[in-house]
Amino acid sequence: MTRDEAIIKKHTEDVYKYGFTTDIDQERAEVGLNEDTIRYISAKKNEPKWLLDWRLKAFDVWKKMESPDWAHLNISAIDYQSISYYASSKKKQYNSIDEVDPEILKTYEKLGIPLEEQKMLAGVAVDYVMDSDSVFTTFKEKLSEAGVIFCSISEAVQEHPELVKKYLGTVVPQRDNYFAALNSAVFSDGSFVYIPKGVRCPMELSTYFRINERNTGQFERTLIIADAGSHVSYLEGCTAPMRDENQLHAAVVELVALEDAEIKYSTVQNWYPGDENGKGGIYNFVTKRGLCGGARSKISWTQVETGSAITWKYPSVVLRGDDSVGEFYSVALTNNRQQADTGTKMIHMGKNTKSTIVSKGISAGRSENCYRGLVRISPTAENARNFTQCDSLLIGGECGAHTFPYIENKNNSAIIEHEASTSKVSDDQLFACQQRGIDSEKAVGMIVNGFCKEVFRELPMEFAVEAGKLLEVSLEGAVG
Amino acid sequence: MSLLQVTNLHATVGAQDEQKAILKGLNLTVNPGEVHAIMGPNGSGKSTLANVLSGRPGYTVTEGSMHLADADLAELEPHERAQIGLFLAFQYPVEIPGVSNMEFLKASVDSLARARGEDQTNTATFIKHIRQLATSVDLDPQFLKRGVNEGFSGGEKKRNEIMQLLLLEPKLAILDETDSGLDIDALQVVAEGVNRYKSENNGVVLITHYQRLLDYIVPDFVHVLADGKIIQSGDKSLALELEDKGYAWLT
Ligand SMILES: Nc1ncnc2c1ncn2[C@@H]1O[C@H](COP(=O)(O)OP(=O)(O)OP(=O)(O)O)[C@@H](O)[C@H]1O
Ligand SMILES: [Mg+2]
Repeated sequence: MTRDEAIIKKHTEDVYKYGFTTDIDQERAEVGLNEDTIRYISAKKNEPKWLLDWRLKAFDVWKKMESPDWAHLNISAIDYQSISYYASSKKKQYNSIDEVDPEILKTYEKLGIPLEEQKMLAGVAVDYVMDSDSVFTTFKEKLSEAGVIFCSISEAVQEHPELVKKYLGTVVPQRDNYFAALNSAVFSDGSFVYIPKGVRCPMELSTYFRINERNTGQFERTLIIADAGSHVSYLEGCTAPMRDENQLHAAVVELVALEDAEIKYSTVQNWYPGDENGKGGIYNFVTKRGLCGGARSKISWTQVETGSAITWKYPSVVLRGDDSVGEFYSVALTNNRQQADTGTKMIHMGKNTKSTIVSKGISAGRSENCYRGLVRISPTAENARNFTQCDSLLIGGECGAHTFPYIENKNNSAIIEHEASTSKVSDDQLFACQQRGIDSEKAVGMIVNGFCKEVFRELPMEFAVEAGKLLEVSLEGAVG
Repeated sequence: MSLLQVTNLHATVGAQDEQKAILKGLNLTVNPGEVHAIMGPNGSGKSTLANVLSGRPGYTVTEGSMHLADADLAELEPHERAQIGLFLAFQYPVEIPGVSNMEFLKASVDSLARARGEDQTNTATFIKHIRQLATSVDLDPQFLKRGVNEGFSGGEKKRNEIMQLLLLEPKLAILDETDSGLDIDALQVVAEGVNRYKSENNGVVLITHYQRLLDYIVPDFVHVLADGKIIQSGDKSLALELEDKGYAWLT
């Protein structure tokens, strides 16, 4: 056995730490997708007519679309009729933590995010999404003092319909892509955030998403609006239980930053990646896009992606306001048979717009990790600037890293810089660490963390620590 | 008990189907407090000996034994060998970009402490100590913030190895051509570092091509390694004789 084979073998014997399921009473829609499913979801949620019509229109669009061509992904067909499109815990609307289903609480404890502890985590408001419904929202009062709205999107539909109606689908139109259309038709729940003019959100907003019900595709819809001069930092973190069948996840996240507003959106994603053959992992097809609508606005995406069997995700920024800024900082780690096709799009439209892309791809096992990025400079984007840096790190000899940077420049005044590198964690480096008493797993963790430093720096403190640990856990056994 | 006991060591290098015998019955005994110099022609197996002792992947021991104090080295993983006090100053120190020297050394010190059931050094004490050591081998403490060996000059890399030796205080230090590529001043810095490390409780194996180093670090024994065996041993006068006559008269 070569060293690489030994590396792979040892790793594939590792078992996903968070693989367990919870038994909770769930209410669910019939399996399958047709107009009635959509009416059922909408009725369950007591939605106004305009929203039902909006969903039905999206369904019409979706039916006419074709599943995208998978480029670098190797994927078996998804049977959309075998998925249940709505599931929610029967108990709803808790006033205190004591009312929450103890099974749910146990789940969070196993994940290392006990609600009790989260509540005490000063400055972090937590809005849990268990399957499709928001289960529990904390810190709401303190936020409302500042005028910040942070609630589930279903609640926002009831309480703030004018805001939802004004912005829903404005950044990611229904027909944007296959999965966005599907999401628009059947979206279940997600978060809604509105930061009023001039308000600096007093705490970081955080949502833990979790897929729990067997056979339930999750279709979250998140909408964040930062009004003029406001500022918000939003954290999203996920993990999911072990599954036999693949689970589809097709979320849509829309961000709107008005004049002088700033949105920082951070994600740590750790969904079940499947077993050593990629079986049972989650398919993650997400559409995330931010609109820098006003002058001098700023949107920053930071992501640490370690989970999912297949990831297909391009958090993007449309830089429409003059002097607006878009950023994308990403760490994507793949192991075993995982496949990731991720990157960003920076669409420059306003004058003096600026974008920065830093992508760090880590591949181990027999995984495939692909960066795909688009920088488009429109004719109107005088003096636009982009800086892109794509680094790949390979661990072992059977994995792949690919980089596809696309540039479309229609304005001569633009300055576009691109840097790329590929490196390998060499046996010599590992031995040098071992010779100083550091075991190889710790050594790989150190090297990988060093490689990701520029991205981790962008994460809020508690997330940065979590992210570092997550990478180490994800690479456990990746070296012999 | 001897510190290092190597008996009839045979080792090969390379993949299973094309193994090449490099060490062919090597014997070496190092007692506490001793300095042994190993000299010999290029390709004779000096670095291989260091690699086999420290457990570098790619080498296979086919016969013989090697012990550090009472531990059978063959039974230990490379990091475990380091943890019981085996130190190798590399002939070609490797760069580890992104991992700062400081972070690397702290991880090293902590691993060793943990393995020995000792408390971890607190970070402030550690930083103070390592800065002093850096200065003592003529390295600007700024180097501690840089990636491990990243962009270091040849001489800087070697001084970095000696700084690590002083930090980790191993039982046995094997220095593989630490003197190669050093200017006169750096050579003295390195030699002075080794002399500072030396005590009656530890041992040094110096692999070198030059008698010059032995003017600064005086060996108790000088061995000539040729074709995978020690073919001649003597005191420091042997090094002078080799300087004069080369290896031809021995082989
Ligand atoms: N990984 C390897 N694969 C194939 N041959 C090897 C390998 N490592 C060492 N060798 C061979 O083993 C022999 C001994 O090498 P070694 O590096 O031990 O010599 P050395 O005595 O340290 O030489 P120098 O004085 O030049 O440093 C050489 O012929 C070398 O080419
Ligand atoms: Mg050598």
